Amino acid sequence: MTAMLDVAELRHTYGSGPSAHTAVQNLTFTVGTGELACIVGPSGCGKTTLLRCIAGLIRPSAGTVSLHGDLIDRTPSDLAVVFQDYSRSLFPWLSVRGNVEFPLRSRNISKSERRRRSAEALESVGLSAAAAKYPWQLSGGMQQRVSIARALACQPSLLLMDEPFASVDAQTRFELEDLLLRVRREHESTVLLVTHDIDESVYLGDRVLVLSKSPASIVADLTVDLPANRDQITTRESKNFVALRGEVARLLHNTPAPETTVHRPTAAEEEAAAQRFLAAERSQRSEVTKS
Amino acid sequence: MTRFRGFAQRWIVFVCVLVVWELATLAAQSKFFPPPTEIAPAILGIWFSGPASQLFLSDAVFIHVLPSLGRLLTGWLGAAVIGITAGLALGRSKHGLEYFGPVLAFLRSIPPVLLLPFFMVLLGIEAPQKIALIAFGTLWPILLNSADGARSVDQVKVDTAKSFGVPRRQWILMVVLPAALPKIFAGLRVSLSLALVLMVISELVGAVTGLGTQLTDFQRQYDYANMWALIILLGVLGYGLNSLLLLVERRVLSWQPTRNVQASTVKAGG
Repeated sequence: MTAMLDVAELRHTYGSGPSAHTAVQNLTFTVGTGELACIVGPSGCGKTTLLRCIAGLIRPSAGTVSLHGDLIDRTPSDLAVVFQDYSRSLFPWLSVRGNVEFPLRSRNISKSERRRRSAEALESVGLSAAAAKYPWQLSGGMQQRVSIARALACQPSLLLMDEPFASVDAQTRFELEDLLLRVRREHESTVLLVTHDIDESVYLGDRVLVLSKSPASIVADLTVDLPANRDQITTRESKNFVALRGEVARLLHNTPAPETTVHRPTAAEEEAAAQRFLAAERSQRSEVTKS
Repeated sequence: MTRFRGFAQRWIVFVCVLVVWELATLAAQSKFFPPPTEIAPAILGIWFSGPASQLFLSDAVFIHVLPSLGRLLTGWLGAAVIGITAGLALGRSKHGLEYFGPVLAFLRSIPPVLLLPFFMVLLGIEAPQKIALIAFGTLWPILLNSADGARSVDQVKVDTAKSFGVPRRQWILMVVLPAALPKIFAGLRVSLSLALVLMVISELVGAVTGLGTQLTDFQRQYDYANMWALIILLGVLGYGLNSLLLLVERRVLSWQPTRNVQASTVKAGG
């Protein structure tokens, strides 16, 4: 497998002097063509910084990012990003179709070809019927599907996803995860997905890259040996899945973090909390019966 | 039925005010305050006494009303073109507002009326002077609102556009301009009512045609019914222009999710 994305010795520092904050450092990894790699890390560890460096939105302080061999110094045209905040990433003044065609307008593509590509992309996310609507007329999950369609319409060599399913409810999240797996199989896309959700990273990924706390560097690179056809129920029950998510969780938590100490409740404290909860519940119930 | 109720709700207070006005002026019997029933025939007499070939519009419409309206619209539209262009440029530039902020704040605080003598010296008393005054006065609300709107494009949209590598033209026309449009329209509306004020004022002194000139003429001839007729016409003009702009705004901003809610409050406010 050839490397589609090659990140070498990447470091990014915000500011300078004593207040400088290094978000990522010493990051080196590759993503092969056709691979779906998940990057999982604790929140605030610099995942977004890493993604912005790869997307060419910020210039890293040191190190290089190359996409199929070419160094990235500004946003490459065969890369598409799906952001977490779909409601702010979609343009409310454009229809769903207008949004999907938005990145194609500047790419020397004829109008009919643009139409064809947007129709195809919307079809593959199951939103053909909503093409003429405005994004805000759709539910959250459907809006995120529009951004996925917009990214697909670009036919990118690399699809970057920044916590794409973090803002939708659990049911929708499962649906969208399966949609992503189907779509990347159909389009043979290379995907790099950033998430803080351990289960999601194992369920979706061919590989899981585990990041340390800030400044982020790679702690482990795990290959997910689950069958290509995955299922929300049976896959998540399988021994392999459980073992893998346990391993990822351990890797995430065992990373030493001397600067913060987590207060763990003692058995007595937990018992007291449970009693408080029960009492509150009882009083609420009696109020309900009274009224 | 609900339509009728809505209509009635909108106009009942208006009609009541008219009735109270009539009764109060009849009771007062002051020659400075003619009753509406005297003003109405005056309105017909001034503007609607023309021959059929002019659609019954009298010469006064062509001598005074249309030139006034023409100057108002030219000045205001000119200010809109300059204000929106400069505003978007300033709003998106990194340090533009920091450099130009104090100058803009100063220019905006000059009451435009004060510049009337200056523009008269510079441009004479014909149309260019009046258009310049209207344009100068209406420029600032449009410019500052456009800059504000352009600055408020949210970061995720900036990143989205950047990550797709859209060219400058598309970035401005399809992202910055639409994002700024609600604010731009707010500025346009404020400046439209300003334009009406400036139009009349520019015609009060040193003018041969226009509604302001006509107003002072009637006042000097102690012709109060006609003077009131003019005041009412100016009110109707302001109302009409504002309604037209609202109509355009509603069409252009029809994509806004909260548009319907807003539209109804605006309607209630007239």
